[in-house]
Amino acid sequence: MKAFLRDRKVRDIFWQVLATIALVAVVVFFVKNASDNMVKAGIASGFNFLWRDSGIEVPFNLTGYKPSDTIWALLWTGIVNTILVSVASVFLATVVGFTVGLMRLSRNWLLSTLAAVYIEFVRNIPLLFFVLFWYFGVLAALPTPKESFDFLGVIFLNRRGLSIPTPNDLGGFRLALLAILVLIVAQIVLARWARARQARTGQDFPVWIAGFALCGALPLALLVAAGAVTSWDQPILRGFNYRGGFVLVPEFVALFMALSTYTAGFIAEVVRGGIQSVRQGQIDAARALGLTPGRVVRLVVIPQAMPVITPPITSQYLNLIKNSSFGAAIAYPEIVAVFMGSALVATGQAIEIIAITLGIYLAIGLAVSVFMNWYNARHKLVTR
Amino acid sequence: MKFIALVAAAAAAFVAGSAAAQQLAPSPTLDAIKARGHIECGVHLGLPGFSFANDKGEWSGLDVDYCKALAAAVLGDSTKVKFTPTSVQQRWAVLQSGQVDLLSRNTTITFSRNATLGVNFQGINFYEGQTFVVRTKAKVAAVKDLADATICVAAGSTEEKMAADWFRERQLKVTIINFQKNDDAISAYDQGRCDAYTAGVGALAGQRIKFKDSAEHQILTEIISNDPQGPVTRWGDERWQLVVRWVLNAQIAAEALGVTSKNVDEMKAKSTNAEVRRLLGADGKFGAMMGLSDDWAYNLIKQVGNYGESYERTVGMGSPLKLQRGANALWTKGGLLFTPPFQ
Amino acid sequence: MKTAAPPLPGWLAILRQRLFATWLDTVASLLCLYVVWRVSLPLVDWLLVEASWQGASRDDCTSRGACWVFIRARFAQFMYGQYPVPERWRVDLLGLLVLFAGLALSWRGLPRRKETAIAAAIVLPPIGIWLLHGGFGLKIVETREWGGLMLTLFLAIYAGLIAVPLGILLALGRRSRLPLIRFASVVFIEFWRGVPIITVIFLASLLLPLIMPTGFNVDRLARAVIGLAFVIAAYMAEAVRGGLQALPDGQTEAAQALGLGYWRITRLIVLPQALRISLPAMTNEFISLFKSTTLVLIVSIFDLLGIAQAALADPAWVGMNMEAYVFAGAIYWFACFGLSQWSRSQEKRLQAAHGR
Repeated sequence: MKAFLRDRKVRDIFWQVLATIALVAVVVFFVKNASDNMVKAGIASGFNFLWRDSGIEVPFNLTGYKPSDTIWALLWTGIVNTILVSVASVFLATVVGFTVGLMRLSRNWLLSTLAAVYIEFVRNIPLLFFVLFWYFGVLAALPTPKESFDFLGVIFLNRRGLSIPTPNDLGGFRLALLAILVLIVAQIVLARWARARQARTGQDFPVWIAGFALCGALPLALLVAAGAVTSWDQPILRGFNYRGGFVLVPEFVALFMALSTYTAGFIAEVVRGGIQSVRQGQIDAARALGLTPGRVVRLVVIPQAMPVITPPITSQYLNLIKNSSFGAAIAYPEIVAVFMGSALVATGQAIEIIAITLGIYLAIGLAVSVFMNWYNARHKLVTR
Repeated sequence: MKFIALVAAAAAAFVAGSAAAQQLAPSPTLDAIKARGHIECGVHLGLPGFSFANDKGEWSGLDVDYCKALAAAVLGDSTKVKFTPTSVQQRWAVLQSGQVDLLSRNTTITFSRNATLGVNFQGINFYEGQTFVVRTKAKVAAVKDLADATICVAAGSTEEKMAADWFRERQLKVTIINFQKNDDAISAYDQGRCDAYTAGVGALAGQRIKFKDSAEHQILTEIISNDPQGPVTRWGDERWQLVVRWVLNAQIAAEALGVTSKNVDEMKAKSTNAEVRRLLGADGKFGAMMGLSDDWAYNLIKQVGNYGESYERTVGMGSPLKLQRGANALWTKGGLLFTPPFQ
Repeated sequence: MKTAAPPLPGWLAILRQRLFATWLDTVASLLCLYVVWRVSLPLVDWLLVEASWQGASRDDCTSRGACWVFIRARFAQFMYGQYPVPERWRVDLLGLLVLFAGLALSWRGLPRRKETAIAAAIVLPPIGIWLLHGGFGLKIVETREWGGLMLTLFLAIYAGLIAVPLGILLALGRRSRLPLIRFASVVFIEFWRGVPIITVIFLASLLLPLIMPTGFNVDRLARAVIGLAFVIAAYMAEAVRGGLQALPDGQTEAAQALGLGYWRITRLIVLPQALRISLPAMTNEFISLFKSTTLVLIVSIFDLLGIAQAALADPAWVGMNMEAYVFAGAIYWFACFGLSQWSRSQEKRLQAAHGR
């Protein structure tokens, strides 16, 4: 009997069963309390509220949402707005982050000190300060609608936002987009073929020039053609504001700038760590082979730095997506502001709404993690 | 033998009588209040005139006065109340979870709130009306002149829906930006993010002092909706709801009957009006019927005053807001305030 | 044959090499200098030169620069919130105790340093709560009156005190042999790491009252502390996991060969080394916890940033936005920068000690 009790497997199973029972008991206790409390308070439960009319205004949306739509449409609008600001910020943050990271490693003492000051400034102050600063700072700097900055008479910048004309007929643009995709595929094929040809014959092919023509000049020409064909919905000053076209609200700009500049500071450190991890011997050998500094960076340093950079940069991207919830502080209509804020107040169903919101963030995070894991695996260094 | 029977009968009658007297419905909230020693009152984050804390942390305002009256009625001392400031978002959760005993917070009575949030409204202590504040330079005469404007509002308030509905009915386009807190909306309007800010007339009169330069702003006189506001309680605990309702009625009745904090002692001693005597506890054990002391109305009138005194002091002519009584006058004086009789 | 130019004096040579080595460098340096000149001169002017320091009310803010009068007038509120004035000595006393304990423990020559640290970590928190909240002889000061920097420090320290042990347990659980415990730990960690902290604070403040039996009131501040603690525990767990992974397996195996049980091994051999390795990562998480405390603004708890905003709403001091935010921001910056510098110095010391 004692041998039985001493047996590791038996003890393992015993402890796990105990842990499970304890966990289940705790969960059941809380759930029971919650449902008792909710019944007593007369709060409705269930997910039917999603199909109620929302009646909530969302001034900035890409989905064509109206207050007469359901709360589910409201949620979807919030999700789209979150994705929009996250994707835009990821781009700017990566660009700025890489730049600042490289500046930090520069030989030029001024450049590297400025970069260090930027990084230390941004990393030690809570994001909320930046969001508030950009929002109230941006607002203060912009003029009133009557005194807007105007670009070419069609784009107007003022305190209410950036008003851009939108095309009335999207057909031409869809065609142009299709054509651009085709051109990108052509470019990839061309690059592959050129590489294979170089491996076979050693001859260089002007991939860059061809690529520029395919991916730059031609698409631009297509877009211009599409734009010339359709009529445009112009922003016109009517009374208080510009009506017509698409308005990019200052809340978006403020959140976008705050998220980008804040995350860029962290990305800069990640990039610095990644580049410094490439052994000096590699760089020396590349220089000894006669590669120009540009080629050294492009062909030797960056491919070896990327696997070191990718995991921490992924977590910075995930942090950025989660930080988009700061939009709630400045009335940018992302998920927390719109769903956990307005919809919760309107319907009172806290548990369902919180569960849905958390589920959405977890799903987005999971999707990004899976993608980055795939990217990481594909670009992993193959070492002997 | 007869003596013992008589004593037994008397004892039985006594027991039955006191048992009958104690047939009050149980009230967990009142018990909790008595155990705690103070009332927990949910108020606004800071609305001058209604519930506003100065930098020493002292609260004042119409809604604050109501809670103080409640404390005077239930616990005999109007200072035995603690205030929990809540935003528009948090107020329901704070009430439903039991953290506060009631909300006295400029809350408008609406159908959906009553039906779906598990809350009850116990009367009307302020008839509010929604309007807009705009910059004087914009020369706006009527609300319809705000077509194409951008309007700041607090998310989750009745003003948000009302403004959207009003403009939509008239096929006028406006852009409504909603903020989590009133103060955020006001400062965004002040910074120029919006052309107008919408709230109740009374609330705007109070929030006026938060602008950088109040001369630049003008509160429109046109009212687009009617917003009756009153104290809010949770469902359940009928006796507590009874107390909340009748304390408000007592304040209004006192004004109707001409009882003020100055003459309440004299009225209690000398008045021959039957309703006054019942209100002030000289006759009829009205307090005991609710489970309070019979001095409940006397205490609240003496320590806080009747509705009119409270109004004048907090939002009326004796305050910086200088609001007229308007709809908030007694029904006999052209207003809407009315209370069932104390009989 | 070209002779080399005469060498420049020392500092000029350094300047030339660092700043003006190539054409590109020169252009970049000049650009940087221009940017620095354009930005910092007006900034210093506003912050210090033209600022008003003396006075008592808004009317004393006469100059073009920052009006530090505002900060001096409301300084007590920034530090203590609405804490009653006669009881503020309790906050000061607690601050002094913590400072003293910190200084004493950082002196490496302290005898029985580890035991003292653990004793302090067990004894000081309840004393802290007693001093701040009251009861047992001290007047009770409800949490709704706490605010300002005192509240921010309270949130960060107490959330950290819960998060660190919880995080260590979770990290150990994640590496556990038992599949169920591993699964539960992974789910817990990934859940709390995957959601924004704003939603956690909302969640804690709305849901905790719902899931407790009726009549059991969880204090509003306690809810925020618990919410923050759970989230930071998940991040701490990952930081500690890094340290656990860096520890060579040989250590555990040797200990097992000696016949030590799991908890003994963990307590005496694994954790001391792993925690030392993951100290920088853990400090980073603490810094981000400190910054996250600003989010309690959303549930109307008045931490330092909240008090700054509330002070701005006072009609007597309209238009002091920049001063309030700069002051609060400066406090956060110095605190976080100080912590990160300390962490870096510890890291250097450990690297030197371990020869890595």
